[in-house]
Amino acid sequence: MAMEAQDIEALIRESFPKAKITITDLAGDGNHYAAEVIDESFKGMNRVQQQRAVYAALKGKMDGAQGELHALALTTKAPE
Amino acid sequence: MTTTTTAQDQIRDTVSKNDVVLFMKGTKTVPQCGFSSRVAGVLNFMGVEFSDVNVLADADIRQGIKDFSDWPTIPQLYVKGEFVGGCDIVTEMTLSGELDQLFADKGIAFNKEAADQIRAANE
Repeated sequence: MAMEAQDIEALIRESFPKAKITITDLAGDGNHYAAEVIDESFKGMNRVQQQRAVYAALKGKMDGAQGELHALALTTKAPE
Repeated sequence: MTTTTTAQDQIRDTVSKNDVVLFMKGTKTVPQCGFSSRVAGVLNFMGVEFSDVNVLADADIRQGIKDFSDWPTIPQLYVKGEFVGGCDIVTEMTLSGELDQLFADKGIAFNKEAADQIRAANE
């Protein structure tokens, strides 16, 4: 079961209401997306911590053999 | 399905006994996923000695590693027992020079010119 860009954004938005979120569809197959998340809460976090938080927001959509989302190229930043 | 403790012990043992470990889909010579292939490719190109663990060969390890690092995707890179990141993070660190720094700090041999070539090719 593939996912739509807005599904991904909505999931991330739930955990990061004030974040600037940009989802790019990489392959048009509902399975390969890039996501950039810029959020105040990332200040002082290293990349692993930032991305762990975003993966947690995706609540298991990413992992597992039946993970709906095979590939999500993730970029996370705190606002400059 | 909770992962068996033996998988966790196996993983802990592997990352503590090897300086650089890449949990990946496939092997360093025959990667079977684009993301795994990219990270293995960077390490190979930079002449870094690393132990590759093919998660496709063991379902317990494939799930176990995700629990171990609380990180849902493969590949996963470990340096001196510490989780460094997946494909995106390792790529960003390679291009920014942070990976060179990490290896230097941890006393891991690597080919600096090769790393510079990767950065130059990605300008």
